[in-house]
Amino acid sequence: METVSEPIVTSKPEVKKSSSSSAFQRIFRYSFVRLITLFVTVVIGVYLTIMIANMGGYVDTIMKAEIRERVTITVANNQAYKNMPKDQLNELILERIQLEEKRMGLDRPLVVRSVNFLKNAMTLNLGRAVNMSSDAGSRQVRLIILERLPYTLLLMGTSNLVLFFSAMFLALALSRNYGSIWDKIVIALTPTSSAPAWFYGIFFILIFAAVLRILPFGGVMDAPIPETFIARALSVLKHLILPASALIISTFFLSIYNWRTFFLINSSEDYVDTAKAKGLQGRDIERRYILRPTLPYIITNFALMLIGIWTGAIVTETVFQWPGLGRTIFKAIGLYDTPVIVGTTIIYAYLLAITVFLLDFVYALVDPRVKIGGGK
Amino acid sequence: MKNFLNSLREIRKYPSAIVGSVIILALVIAAVVVLITMPYKETIDFWRGGEASWYANPRYAPPKWFNWFRKDKLVESFTMKDTEESEEDGVVRVVEERDEGVKMITETFTFDYDYDTFPQDLAIYFTAQYDQKQPFVSLKWLTPDGREIKVASFAVGPKQTYRFIQDDKLQSKRLNGIVPNIGLFIDPEDPNQKVVKGTYQLVVEAVTFEADSNYTAEFVLYGQVYGWAGTDNLRRDLSIPLRWGIPIALTFGLLAALFTSVLTMIIAAIGAWYGGVVDALIQRITEVNMVLPFLSILIMVATFYSRSIWVILGVTILLSIFTGAIKGYRSIFLQVKESTYIEAAQAYGAGSGRLIFRYLLPRMIPMLLPALVSAVPAYVFLEATLAVLGIGDPVIPTWGKTINDAWVDAALYKGHYYWILQPAVLLMITGFGFAMLGFALDRIFNPRLRGM
Repeated sequence: METVSEPIVTSKPEVKKSSSSSAFQRIFRYSFVRLITLFVTVVIGVYLTIMIANMGGYVDTIMKAEIRERVTITVANNQAYKNMPKDQLNELILERIQLEEKRMGLDRPLVVRSVNFLKNAMTLNLGRAVNMSSDAGSRQVRLIILERLPYTLLLMGTSNLVLFFSAMFLALALSRNYGSIWDKIVIALTPTSSAPAWFYGIFFILIFAAVLRILPFGGVMDAPIPETFIARALSVLKHLILPASALIISTFFLSIYNWRTFFLINSSEDYVDTAKAKGLQGRDIERRYILRPTLPYIITNFALMLIGIWTGAIVTETVFQWPGLGRTIFKAIGLYDTPVIVGTTIIYAYLLAITVFLLDFVYALVDPRVKIGGGK
Repeated sequence: MKNFLNSLREIRKYPSAIVGSVIILALVIAAVVVLITMPYKETIDFWRGGEASWYANPRYAPPKWFNWFRKDKLVESFTMKDTEESEEDGVVRVVEERDEGVKMITETFTFDYDYDTFPQDLAIYFTAQYDQKQPFVSLKWLTPDGREIKVASFAVGPKQTYRFIQDDKLQSKRLNGIVPNIGLFIDPEDPNQKVVKGTYQLVVEAVTFEADSNYTAEFVLYGQVYGWAGTDNLRRDLSIPLRWGIPIALTFGLLAALFTSVLTMIIAAIGAWYGGVVDALIQRITEVNMVLPFLSILIMVATFYSRSIWVILGVTILLSIFTGAIKGYRSIFLQVKESTYIEAAQAYGAGSGRLIFRYLLPRMIPMLLPALVSAVPAYVFLEATLAVLGIGDPVIPTWGKTINDAWVDAALYKGHYYWILQPAVLLMITGFGFAMLGFALDRIFNPRLRGM
């Protein structure tokens, strides 16, 4: 399941005292091996997605049957071929089917196609969609994704950023007042995070759209579209409130709880006690002795949250009819549109790999105890 | 083990854990009762039976507990049926033999009407057996204030339905143009159109013309509320998916949580124990799995391959084994592996299998239990999520499916809130029950969280 706050750093460089080899050489060797591993991981992951999106060739069978049906119906319904002899007509249908299969690339075996596809995908040459097109009419997968991306970035960006910072700062406040009534309330409310965002979405729609009629049921803009830019922006904002709140509330209390527990564990370290014994100010202790050492963890979560923004929320977007990437993926699956499915996967895979790779270096920068490639 | 049980006893200190346990226990009992009282095949056949199963129910009727919160009481649906063998309350059947096989059958349906609103519709379903000559019926309506309204007279075919509100003649000639479902229940002199409360009678007089000719009538009053769960757009009784949803949700959630957490732990233990290539392989598989889009793959499997709940369960488990959790368990196993008792076991010659399953894994049960219980809600909601996307199991009536049906029918927009709220609340109770218990267990068994 997707939990935002789960640290999935693949391998945190181990903490160790300095070794003898030259730092540059070590970093270079480490980065090289790491890049290769990550690249292979992405390749395998994307290839698996391609194979799954084709159900190991099963989708080919479905699509071929579909083409056969469609072509036969079009030819049969065409007045121009009404008086054509039967065998000639059959030949025509067969020819058209072959042409259509060739257009979709179904004439070549899946193994060949999938390898080709993989090569194109890895070079971010996303190709053309099979059935889908962008609202502007393009069949380029790149354009379809780019057209949907702003909406997803807006929705996911707003909710994830608000969630991340509000949860972290509230947690910091709670860990300061550990055991207070607010602390207890948050703990008691943590189980609410077991329900997904769409679930809260339904309740929000029920309350604010259906009963109170103050916010829209879904969509992204009023119809007719307002004239001025400000009116348009306000309209989008109005449509954004419900889906964003649903996304936030569905993980809000668990995030606070996780951060709070994390800060509490770290504030029971000996060096924090020492700082307190020295009589340092509470704020100073927090900044220098709690936040500073936990910075790598915070950064990891922030980075993973940032790449999470790019994926879109399939169900929430569907429930709110938000025209983002998530809904496009769902639509693409329904239309057997492998290029679009793979296109969205590859972007996420690359972002994840790059982030994981960069995080190692960020650790080394912010945490003096960490040394890149120092594990061996 | 003793430690484990002692820790388990600590649950009593956590009120949320007690509430969670009670909810789970109640759900399990309810699930068993449902499985015993509502056999799978019959329930499914009935649920999917269409009009044949559901003709006597009103459409979009909220549950009858709605009346508890209202001043003007909504009409409850009811059916009155008379057969030769058994007589129901309120139905009287009198048979009068005449000459030459002609029979006069008079049926009186008597019912109390104590509501402030009008029914959706009224109907009589006739079945008749005859050779040549159809039985002839005439309907009379007797109101509490002593009026008698002649409703209609007609010949009855083998299977015939008479719907009061579709009878234009009744509406225009006898009820001053008021729709029958209202007109039959008001005083024509009253300008406020208030319901005349009291005992109503519907008299059906039938004449059959052949010796072995026979007929039956079933009177249905389609009310504004129905049963404890209401009905949907296809007149189906929603209590069926609400009840059947319990075992489905529990089975899916528990099986998925059990298999994923146990398998994750075993694989992590194997990796940590053998190390080297095995460990590296497990780590790489986990990383590849993290790149894969989980929900998209499930949707693809459901769309392209099979929507059966068991296939989805299998794929879910397969994709959930190699996740971040495996890395967490691995690091703990690596520590445990260095313990002296493992060394001792090795010294007397225990094999790898024995070491993993008898020495490493049992140590982890305290970690396993909270993880398992906490994972259940996610899977319960996952099943509902797929159903809400319209790719749930097509056969089994579940909570998610009900929400999806309501969603497709724009229930929130039309104001049929009960349709979505009931399954949603059940989902919420189930999810929160497991989450509350799992959360408390985590605080008990996770030494780092102790006292926090």
